[in-house]
This record gives sequence, C-alpha cells and structure tokens, in this order.
Amino acid sequence: MITVLKPGLLTSVMDLGRPGYQRHGVVVGGALDRFAARVANTIVGNDENAALLEMAQLGPELRFEVPTVVAWCGGGFEPRVGGEALPRDRAVRVAAGEVLWFGPARSGLRAWLAIAGGIDVPLVLGSRSTYRRAGFGGFHGRTLQAGDQLRLGEMSEVAQQRLTMAHRASTWSVRPDTLGKPAAAGTVRAMVGPEWEWFTLAAQQAFFSAEWTVTKDADRMGVRLAGPELPLVKEREMISEGVNEGIVQVPAGGAPIVLLASRQTVGGYPRLAAVAAVDLGRLAQLAPRQTVRFETISLGTAHALYLARERDLTRVRLGLSRLGV
Amino acid sequence: MLIRPLGDKALRVEVGERIDEATQARVQAACAAIEAASLPGVRELVPAYTTITVHYDPAAIAHAGAPSDDLAGWLGMRLEQVVKSAAKVKTTKPRIVEIPVCYGGEFGLDLARVAARAKLSPEAVVQRHVKGDYRVALVGFAPGFPYLIGLPKELATPRHAKPRIVVPAGSVGIAGEQTGIYPFATPGGWNLIGRTAVPLFDPLAEPPAHLQTGDRVKFRAITADEFAKREAAR
Repeated sequence: MITVLKPGLLTSVMDLGRPGYQRHGVVVGGALDRFAARVANTIVGNDENAALLEMAQLGPELRFEVPTVVAWCGGGFEPRVGGEALPRDRAVRVAAGEVLWFGPARSGLRAWLAIAGGIDVPLVLGSRSTYRRAGFGGFHGRTLQAGDQLRLGEMSEVAQQRLTMAHRASTWSVRPDTLGKPAAAGTVRAMVGPEWEWFTLAAQQAFFSAEWTVTKDADRMGVRLAGPELPLVKEREMISEGVNEGIVQVPAGGAPIVLLASRQTVGGYPRLAAVAAVDLGRLAQLAPRQTVRFETISLGTAHALYLARERDLTRVRLGLSRLGV
Repeated sequence: MLIRPLGDKALRVEVGERIDEATQARVQAACAAIEAASLPGVRELVPAYTTITVHYDPAAIAHAGAPSDDLAGWLGMRLEQVVKSAAKVKTTKPRIVEIPVCYGGEFGLDLARVAARAKLSPEAVVQRHVKGDYRVALVGFAPGFPYLIGLPKELATPRHAKPRIVVPAGSVGIAGEQTGIYPFATPGGWNLIGRTAVPLFDPLAEPPAHLQTGDRVKFRAITADEFAKREAAR
C-alpha cells in the first residue's frame, strides 16, 4: 500500500496503454515514454506492462506502508527517500513507513516510477492506464489526490531478491536513453509523412532545418511547435483517417503539432512528417520554450533503430537474470 | 488501392477517394478481409471514410520472417494480396441500429438555424432527418463518437465558427454533410438538432461503443415524455 501525501501536479497511474479499441474511438494513451516505463518495470522485476506512476513537472510525495523495491526513469527530477537522494535507473529499496519525495523537474518534464508488484487498479478495456478525458482507467480515471491509497500487486521473486540487496540501491543501472542508438542532443529523428508532397519545397526544407520552439500548447495529446511557416502547394481538404503517435500534423496555415500517446484516433490535417518511435520519449521531455530540431531518416533506418533498441533491452534483461540480482 | 507507410508503426491502405457508399463498402470489405487473414504483427485496424490504418509491431513483423530492411514492404505486399481477394470474403450483413431522438426544443438549439438555411420548417427538417438512410463511416474523435454519412443534402449546415463550450451528452448534430452524436459532454461546434438517451459508450461493455463502422442507422423521433422515461431508466 502507498499513501499519497502530496499528489504533485499531474501524477497518474499508467501502463503501456490501451491498444485494440481505436476503431471505437478509444485512445491508446499509456506512459508517454513507453520504453522508459518498460525499463523501470524491468529494473524492479515487474512485467513490462505493469502499472506505474507517471508524473510531470512536479512529482508526488508518497509514504510506503510496506517494504518494497522501486525504480524511476525519465527527466531531471531530484527525488529523495528516507533523507537520501533516490538515484535514477536503479533498483532502490524502500522500508515500511519511509516517505519518497519527488519535487520539481530541474530539467526535462516527466518521469516514471515503477514499484515492485505494480499498482493494483482494475483493468478497463485491458489496461490500467488513466484516460482523464473520458474519466476511466487508472485510479478512478483521474490524477492522484492527497489521501489516495494505492494498492500494490504481488512482487516477483526477482524483486524479493532485490529487497535483500546489501546496499539500498543496486550497483547496476539501466538508463533507457543509452539503449539502442540515441539521436544527437536536442534532435529528434523523423521520416516524411503521407502528405509530404502536399507541402512546398520551402516548407519541407524548413521543417528539417529550423529550430522549433515548444509552445504552451503541449500536453499528453500532442506538442504544438512554433517556427517557420509550412505552406501547402495548394489549399486542399484532407478526409479524416487514422493517425499515430509521432505524426506531425499541420493545420491549415498553422503551427505543426506532434501527436503523442493520448492523441485522438483519427485526424483530418495533412501529415508532413512522422517522428521515429525510438525518439517519442524525447518528445515527452520537452517543456514549453525548449527547442528541438528534426533530423531526416528513412523508414528502413527507423526500423533498424527500433529493432536494435529492442535487442538491447532483451540483452539487459538476460544479463540481469544471469547476474542473479 | 494505395498502400503507404504512416510513420514506422502503421500503414495506410487507401481504397477510394470520396466519402460515399461505394467506398464505404470497399473499406468494410477490406477491413473484414485483413482481419480474417490474421497477418502476423498486425495489432489493430482503424477503418475510416476511404482508408484503413493498419497498426503493426515492427519486432513481430521481423520475427515473422520479414527482411529487416523492408518490414513495411513485406507487410504491405501481404495486405495487398489480402485486400485484392476481398471480394471472395463473406462479409456479415450490416446491423441496422435504431436511435430514438427527441428533436428540437432544449435538445435542438440549432434546429431553427438548420431550418432557416434549408428554407424548410423545423418539422420538415426533422421529417427529412428521420427519413435518411445512414451508415457509420467512422468512429473517432471521442470514444464511441459516430460519423454518419447519408445526411439528406438539403440539411447540410456548416459548423459554428465558435464551438460551444459544452455540448450535452447524447446530442445529435450536423456539421457540413456529416451527422453525428456526442457520446459525452464536450466542447463542440456542430449544429444540435436533438438528443438521444441511448448510451453510446460504456468502457465496461464489449464492444465498448454502441455504434461501429459499417452499421446502418435509422433515427426515430420520440416525444419529450418518452425521452424522460428512457433517461430515468438508465
């Protein structure tokens, strides 16, 4: 059991999302950086899809009523537990009665905190992710509030072992953004989108060369960017159809929006580009006024990066199990 | 038919260029065929007016034997074969779903606006709306939100330039040539002509949306009394 002493700003229960119901208009949602969530869960010996906490900007203050193992991955928070710094990307033991304090993000925007056993909330349409707009999933379909009590699932044998570590924190760490082949700092890799040809040559070049600034219009549905104009060759209406995370939509004569996990299932704006799946986590760390550049890659390269990162995670998991830690 | 990548985790299959019955029928047939084929790595399908978005898992596609430098091409080829032979796949007859609607009054704040534009009386607008033979072309923008084609052309009315802050749940509206129903109270710019007490979305139901793409829809006018009875029964 965990008691929420202070909820933070936007802390909610997430897993890897609710796929399979997009044709009914149900958004996929889930952790905005799924890979980071998978790594955090792996570190505490959970199933990759176990429910954990997603926080943004200002994290929660939690009291643990039972001894357990936690791990956090993501942006530049400086959490503390029991008077000590809580290191990132490692398995960390927490004793019964200890309070974990997250505080504000010093850099980046979001983090994911996994707890051994996962957070025990009911499955809705096969997922434990919170869908705030429709008010279902996660912890009563909403962000956490002071006084909330979160039940935990049963921790795995691996987690039981980590409870008996010599030190509070594991000597090893797994940092999600070092797996696979990360992009250069401040850069996000993207492919051309289905309506690439609808845009002028100037627009195409501007997209991949400009420094884009994140506007205040940034949330779990998407990030709106400010920068050069992206004109169409000629005015045309697009017939609504399915979209995906990472798609860069450009409303008529407007600013581009990069879609994220809680995007709507369909869209009617021309799609200039599509961010590679491996770089979606970077988008989850972009706060207003930060800047980003897009680097063009091919679909083949995007897939190669994706498969390489999956292989690395598999190797990490095998490595940890062989270490017997 | 056109099959193109949509980023690195989806493909778009386009089977037509217009919003019409014939294209909708092709979308439904193609969707049924792709589902029946159970291709490896395909995670879900999202049918729309002229396309089916095929969401896939690149790792699963690679695992199924696709060349790692052309995962999308491998899947695309199989999709093409499946859709081309769609004519041979037996599609189930579309369901006909009746939606009882209380038109006008407090439930239809824009009925007069639609009537004025069509140069008809509000009663005539209701009669023609009810006579329409509708098909669900798309469910999206909100869980369970159906986009229907088949609105009588004379009732087409452009949406409000400034959307309402709140459109009550169950509201039946018109935007351009589309008609639809709001499953939840949300902001919205559609022209509201009536309201239904039928719940359009329930996350605990299987399937969770009351209306699905391909369904035929008939509207039926009911009185305010009947509406109140249905609301109370929910």
